[in-house]
Amino acid sequence: MSKYAIEVKNVGMKFNLSQEKLDSLKEYVIKMLKGQLKYNEFWALKNVDFKVEKGDRVGILGLNGAGKSTLLKVIAGVFKPTEGEVIRHGRIVPLLELGAGFDAQYTGAENIYLYSAVLGYSKEFVDKKFDEIVKFAELEKFIDVPIKNYSSGMKTRLGFAIATQIEPDILILDEVLSVGDAKFRKKSEAKIMSMFKSNVTVLFVSHSLDQVKRICNKAILLEHGELIAAGDIDEVAAIYEEKTK
Amino acid sequence: MFKEQIDTFKRYRFLLKELVKKGIKLKYRRSYLGILWTLLEPLLTTCVLSLVFGKFFKKGDQSFPVYILTGRLLYTCFSTGTKNAMKSIRQHAGMIKKVYVPKYIYPLSGVLFNFVIFAISLIVLVGAMFVFKVKPTLWIFTAIIPLIMLFLLTFGAGMILSTMSVFFRDLEYLWDVALMLIMYTCAIFYDPDKLGANQWIFKLNPLYAIIKDFRCAVYGENMFASPAWVIMPAAISVLSVIVGVLMFKKHQDNFILHI
Repeated sequence: MSKYAIEVKNVGMKFNLSQEKLDSLKEYVIKMLKGQLKYNEFWALKNVDFKVEKGDRVGILGLNGAGKSTLLKVIAGVFKPTEGEVIRHGRIVPLLELGAGFDAQYTGAENIYLYSAVLGYSKEFVDKKFDEIVKFAELEKFIDVPIKNYSSGMKTRLGFAIATQIEPDILILDEVLSVGDAKFRKKSEAKIMSMFKSNVTVLFVSHSLDQVKRICNKAILLEHGELIAAGDIDEVAAIYEEKTK
Repeated sequence: MFKEQIDTFKRYRFLLKELVKKGIKLKYRRSYLGILWTLLEPLLTTCVLSLVFGKFFKKGDQSFPVYILTGRLLYTCFSTGTKNAMKSIRQHAGMIKKVYVPKYIYPLSGVLFNFVIFAISLIVLVGAMFVFKVKPTLWIFTAIIPLIMLFLLTFGAGMILSTMSVFFRDLEYLWDVALMLIMYTCAIFYDPDKLGANQWIFKLNPLYAIIKDFRCAVYGENMFASPAWVIMPAAISVLSVIVGVLMFKKHQDNFILHI
């Protein structure tokens, strides 16, 4: 067994930004015939190289547009990097913002199964975890109501409950803990802290530096798609604070 | 390499099942008759078609409704299946943007859940055969051949369409028009032999050949009597799957940039 949970090796991610978005055939053909299909190359990530040890909670810091979300998507396997590779040891569960990925017409209970299936879990496993998930989300009364009637807080709670109760190896949290009421926020922070004991690796993005400091023990700092610092949270946070002054 | 792909497929088998279940459940949710519509819908449309074309054109043949029903069921399976597959990527954009899942699961589930509904609606055909005294013979078992071809053709075309429609959304409208053309060259509610000239147009349509083979099986005839009508659709079905899978595989990493 490797002592690392994630190895990001020299990852680069290039986007072709077309001046206008073309999604109709007519526009595409016209532009092609006129020879106007121009693209601007844009590297959202360049030579990013770091390793995450098992059980670490890593904060990803950086200003808007630094490439944080792109990096998380590359790690989650949603984006295929243009250069380099990502090696993952274990199962990654990303926590989707506001329950994106839920089906609105489906009830809470049905969505628990659907969402767990998307994350690659089996029916037997979800059967076992079902009650815990509902209890943690505090949705006992509403579990048979279609999701479209849920408030945004309820959806977030359900999403968080699923992602954490199914005990992933690696959990990705992208700007999610800022929603929900204060009580649930506290509860979810406590949950993440307790998961630390069971050796879950957490990748965490938030604009609240305080929150990152509370939750994480390590951090990396991105600027314009490049990795400029990595290490213990206090050191990296100090550099980040310097940058944002 | 193949082993790895089979392992991933096994891991996501539950997802495929869930998506198929979801498709069926949501299709009839909030309707009073629910899943019964899979039977009622073809029954009612066949009644309409039989009334219009049977009486109006004085076809005379007593088992005409069975003829219509076979054509209509198979055509609807193809048209709905391909449309489901085509929309599946956009429909699941929320998931695709966040979680890694082998993407072919989405169009495959769209085709599969529709095929399950289609299989259920075959009950209507059995009923109609009984009512209109079309006696099944041993040849009925050969019906499995056109059904397999139908599935492959729907899946293959669905994969091609789902790949292309990610990049060009217009395709959803274009395909509706193309489907209309396909429908009229499927001879759902008329007998192409009575059409005289222009027979060649049916020979180009693999779906018509599949429907023809299926009718042979239902009416107790040997579809292999004219082997070209079996070989042609079989070849096109397999080819469409190969082209569809290769196309999908080549472009799937770029989907995320366009949805």
